Parts: sequence; structure tokens; C-alpha cells
Amino acid sequence: MQDLKLKAAEKRGIHQLGGDELVGWDEVTQGIILTSFEGDASDIVHKKAEERNYSDFNSYTATVASWRVKKPVFNIDVCIDCQNCWVWCPDTSIISRDKQMLGIDYDHCKGCEVCVEVCPTNPKSLLMFGEQEDLETALSQWPEKKKKEK
Amino acid sequence: MAITSIKNLKEFSTNNDRFEGAHTLCPGCAHSMIVRELMNCTDDNLVIASNTGCLEVSTAVYPFTSWDTSWIHIGFENAATAVSGAEAMFKARKKKGTLKDNDASVKFVAFGGDGSTYDIGFQWLSGAMERGHDFTYICLDNENYANTGGQRSSATPIGAHTSTAQAGTHSYGKKQKKKDIVAIMAAHDAPYVAQLAPNKWKSMAKGFQKALETEGPCFINTVSPCCTEWKFDPKDTINITDLATDTLMFPIYEIINGHELNILYRPKNVLPVEEYLAAQGRYKHLFKPENKHVIEEIQKNINEYWEMLQRREEARV
Repeated sequence: MQDLKLKAAEKRGIHQLGGDELVGWDEVTQGIILTSFEGDASDIVHKKAEERNYSDFNSYTATVASWRVKKPVFNIDVCIDCQNCWVWCPDTSIISRDKQMLGIDYDHCKGCEVCVEVCPTNPKSLLMFGEQEDLETALSQWPEKKKKEK
Repeated sequence: MAITSIKNLKEFSTNNDRFEGAHTLCPGCAHSMIVRELMNCTDDNLVIASNTGCLEVSTAVYPFTSWDTSWIHIGFENAATAVSGAEAMFKARKKKGTLKDNDASVKFVAFGGDGSTYDIGFQWLSGAMERGHDFTYICLDNENYANTGGQRSSATPIGAHTSTAQAGTHSYGKKQKKKDIVAIMAAHDAPYVAQLAPNKWKSMAKGFQKALETEGPCFINTVSPCCTEWKFDPKDTINITDLATDTLMFPIYEIINGHELNILYRPKNVLPVEEYLAAQGRYKHLFKPENKHVIEEIQKNINEYWEMLQRREEARV
């Protein structure tokens, strides 16, 4: 059955991806099917990212970390789990599980600073630091709480 | 229909994202905020079609896909056509009982930019709306052809500088007014038509859920600030959207069955439109003394439109 399907696809010029070798983009003739997951994906909506069986074609397996010049650093001590950063992150890079903000997915973050901008705490629980800065130095430089100006 | 809770952000955040990162949209692009929100507000299986545009080229960079649902791209104008075809097939096969899972709840969604919705795909969208397929069309309105270098579209507002309607000594940018796509779509007697903005996440999620639940063709226009072509800092995406809704440049409202208009957000303090214009590089030239009349005209248009919306809300016609 599988062979028949493959043959039919080949006849119509459709290259079935997965398993076999990858076709070059200029060899694609009529269209192409990319599968996001390996195996059964019917219950994907109830699975967290770490439980999913991503295939190589899913951009989750790729990274855009090289786009970044500055990175957001997360300070868990100040965070109030309001999830503003989660709802407005354009790159699905805020790791939020069971109503708690856990950290940032640095593989997919492009450093746009939207999360820092929408953070409501005082001082902000997300701040931008240079890409080379490590977590401890960043946290040691965290600003103090600002008093409200009267 | 399995809708997820949007009572507050904490509950909303328990959803598992079905739109993956490492797409190549610009940092700070509002397109992906809107797409993520749509996919998080329901547990149903989604069949999504995209018109050519920023969203399509950057979420399907061969050999990668950022979509965890069924997703198809055909041509610049064909998202509405493709999704209505898929919907017709789904209904026919459901009737015959030849589906793998005959009780599965599937929602059909089409995404288009403003170029493909207002201009190029307009005829196809209008046709699909008229045929009455059960789908939701979402326009990601960034007011220009951002994918090809920021040319003017019929969604570009008056006075904006674009690469084909440039501001200079003889021109103040685009000279024509923006097309009122929401009114046009409401005139198709669509059961649900709305204009929403990503900064008001709750009204947007509510609108999306309503559109997905409603049987029949629904249209939603969403403002999607484009940091590259509107020329502002990527971090300000949400701030610019705040300004857009507070100056009433983008009023948030819905129209049910073509006549019941509800305003979904009334700003406490309506800001003067200058604040919205000054925040973006594409309106820089309007602050020269010779272009003052354009700002006055924009403000006049906004006031008239807001007045019209309020009257329509009262009159229910």
C-alpha cells in the first residue's frame, strides 16, 4: 500500500518527504508535503513541547539564536507570573508551564525586547543584557526597586 | 467545539503552543502574536491556509515548517478558495462517513496580509464569503506590502510614506484614504465581522472564539504593526498598538449579522492622533509646516468614523 502511494505521488511529481533523502528546493516541481511530527500527531494539542515527537522538518528543531545581539535575562525572584510576556512573545520563546513562567527558550528568541517592554513589575523581571553576559553577572547587576515619583 | 478558557492570562497560558518558533518573521512582528493567539484559543483541529505574504514566506522556509496543524499555501489570492474547498470536502466526506474520525471537530481558518485581502485576493475572498462556507478569514493588516519592500496597498492610510508613494518636495506620501474592508465584509451579510488588535488580548481571543464557533463565513481584520516598514523600534510593537487603539486610528468593534454593531473598546482618554503619527518614521514628514493639513484631515476622518460607529451601535441598523 505504502509503495503504491509513493509511486502515485512520484507519477504526479510530488516528492514525499520523510525517510528518503531531501530534495533540493529547485527540484520541487508541483508541491511538497512537510510533516511536523514523527508518527501519530492527533493528540498534539494536549502535549507540551518537551513531550512532542518533532520531526526534522519542524522549525522547532531549528534555531535563530544568531539573530540576537542582546538577550533577555529572566529574574525569577521579581516575577509575578502575570504571563504578559507569554501572550505577546512573537517567537514562542517564553517557557510557561502550569501557570508559571519558567524561563526563556534561547534557541528561538530573536531578542526583540517586547517581553521586557510589557513586563509590569518594579524593577522589571526581564531585562536585556549583552549576548556574552552570563546569568550570574546579569543577576548581580539587577537594579533596585524604584520609588514612585510624587 | 472545545474552546479553551480565556478568563485570565494565567489560565490562557496553560495552552500548548501549536505555532513553533524559529520562523523568520522580523523580531517584534505582530503577525505571530496574532497567529499564536488564534491557535491557543481553541483545542480543535485546525485546517489553515495562508495567502502569500510575510506570514507564508517566513513560516514555511524550505525544509522547515512552523505549523503544528494542517497548513496549506497555494497562491497570492487563494487562501479563501483553498480553505473553502477543504471545508466543502470535509462536509461531503462527513456526510458519507468516509472520514478517519467522523466525530472530529475541525475548524477552517485562512490568513492573509492586507495586500492579499484588500487588493489581490479580494475577489476570491468575496466569492468565498458569498458561498457561505464555514470558515474564518483573518486579515493581518500591516498597511503595506511588507514582504516585497513596503509598497502601498489599498490598506495604507492617507499621508503614509511607502516605497511607491514616497514623501518628498512634491508629495506627502499616499494621497488616498484607506479602504473600509470591515464594512465591505459586513455588507456580505456575514454572521460575524470584527476589527481587533493584539494589545487587547482578551477581546481578541473572545472575537476569535466567537468567529470559530459561528457557523458561516466570518471575517476578522487585525492590526499588525510592522516595525520594518512603519519604522519603529521592534520593542515598541505593543506600545504602537496601544496608541493605535487609544487614538481611535483602529477602533475595535464587531458587526453581527451585518447590522448589530458593538464597540468592544472605548478608550478612557482618547489621545490626539499626533501621538500615534509621531511614534512612527513613516509619518515623519507630516510634521513639517507645509503638511499640517494632512494631520488635520486624518484627525477629521477619525472623528467622523468614530461618530459613525457610535451612531450605528445605537441604531442597530
